[in-house]
Amino acid sequence: MDLKKFDSRPVAVPIQKIIKENENTNTYVFKYPLGSKPGQFVMLWIPGVDEKPFSVAYDDGKEFWLTICNVGGATAELFKLKAGDKVGIRGPMGTSYEFKKGERIATVAGGYGAAPMYFVARTAVGCKVDFIVGARNKKLLLFIDRVKKLKNVKVHVATDDGSAGIKGYNTVVLDEILNKKKIDRVFACGPEVMEYAVGKVVDKHSKKKKINCAVSVEKYMKCGIGVCGQCAIDDTGELACIKGPVMDWNYLKKLPEFGQYHRDAQGKKHFFQK
Amino acid sequence: MANLSVNFCGVAFRNPTVLASGVLGVTASSLKNAVRCGAGGVTTKSIWVGGNQGHRNPTMFGTEHYFMNAVGLSDAGMEKAAEETFPEYLKNKPAPIIGNVVAASVGDFAAVVAKIDKCGPDMIEVNISCPNVEDQLGKPFACSSASAAEVTRIVRRRTKRPLIIKLSPNVDNIGEIAKACAAEGADGFCAVNTFGPGLGIDIDLRRPILANKVGGVSGPGMKPLALKCVYDVYKATGLPIIGTGGVMTGEDVIEMMMAGARLVGIGTMVYYRGVEGFGEIVKEMKEWCDKNGVKKIEEIIGAVKF
Repeated sequence: MDLKKFDSRPVAVPIQKIIKENENTNTYVFKYPLGSKPGQFVMLWIPGVDEKPFSVAYDDGKEFWLTICNVGGATAELFKLKAGDKVGIRGPMGTSYEFKKGERIATVAGGYGAAPMYFVARTAVGCKVDFIVGARNKKLLLFIDRVKKLKNVKVHVATDDGSAGIKGYNTVVLDEILNKKKIDRVFACGPEVMEYAVGKVVDKHSKKKKINCAVSVEKYMKCGIGVCGQCAIDDTGELACIKGPVMDWNYLKKLPEFGQYHRDAQGKKHFFQK
Repeated sequence: MANLSVNFCGVAFRNPTVLASGVLGVTASSLKNAVRCGAGGVTTKSIWVGGNQGHRNPTMFGTEHYFMNAVGLSDAGMEKAAEETFPEYLKNKPAPIIGNVVAASVGDFAAVVAKIDKCGPDMIEVNISCPNVEDQLGKPFACSSASAAEVTRIVRRRTKRPLIIKLSPNVDNIGEIAKACAAEGADGFCAVNTFGPGLGIDIDLRRPILANKVGGVSGPGMKPLALKCVYDVYKATGLPIIGTGGVMTGEDVIEMMMAGARLVGIGTMVYYRGVEGFGEIVKEMKEWCDKNGVKKIEEIIGAVKF
């Protein structure tokens, strides 16, 4: 019996390098063979502070990246750390975006969702990728320069204020692309209300030919190891940290909660503002 | 095929496995999923009068031998339980539900038991034994006969439902404490809560792993200690027991029942086998019963020959 597989203690890993992405977003580089797939996450322990889940922005088997926004609380403490400081890592955890060589993929990212989608695009060698990214304004766009360097990828930008790309939602861009091109898979990562809208666009175009759609769902995750039940999904009761974070749209759209509400640290419901 | 059904204080369970409090029980849908996977009954997370934030992360980790947690009893409070968890669970109720309650004072225990009694649980389990909230609550009530008995006496007046007291293993006289609770009207016991608190250190960071520094210990390595506690409570009181601690397999359930358990609480197993483990455990129990000519599982309760 492989007993080691039951060891879920954090591993102490030094921060190799910190890359400033924008005013309040950093990419943390760790020289550590995590072995994650696009869409998977780690639990990042800031010693003495807290431990939170973050999706992986890149992993080549030797090093991995976490792109993190300073939203206060634990992330504010993380932003005080320097290269060489050690943090605790548990993972990789959860499910990933699945695709096959030669497929045509459209990724739809909202805000920080660009990071895991970059991981998809960079890994999807032999696939054609339409990389659609939306943000409130130009300053908040992430990973665009890196993605533009990838040969198999076409970048589409949408901003709320029109300061870059088209003015409007990234779902409008997706709709146009699905009108014009044959796409095998759509991947979404961003605010849940955006993800729900992506699913609806996919459904509209799936009537003739089925398009696979996988979505990364953000829930309040406490333990990350399938025990505490904080991230249980209504009404199947399955756990987002085990069944997800990447889940099939056809599963998600039947849930009473998806795109409607989320739960806090105590398990109380909060409805999304639309 | 063996009959696995069990009667516990007049409540019928289709099999003796019960989801233990604190694992998966945040929402009704999560509790129902445990039943769908095979659990014979479920226990809510510990419900407070008001909400409780719980500890910061890391709150838990596992190893091959043991599991540690200091979740700190996070919960949204009894109003949320009354408005959401119980009504949603009781609609098309799939199996008995045990309402687990916790409080910092005897007065709050009375209030939360009175409220949860009205929510319609099959039984009420009183958590007086959590080892990882000592900074907040002080030494658990379950650590002395007098305070355990006092809580029992007060909550007994607030409910006619089967009343289960959840005992601590971290005492040298669990049988006496159980007897003191029985004298005040406890109908049965859940034995036992997690052990310790214990300590796990990250040797690279030279820090405790858990944010709370210490936490309750559970998992495979705790089974022999839990079994002895169950045996002691069974001998001391003869009352029905939910035997809990380190149960991972169908054979572990059988062992726990032979020590005196009528139901068997299963929590940490979910880490090792997933919630689907409930169904596998029930299957393993059936196989053992069939192989050993046990027609009715209730035959083996307390069957250990000392």
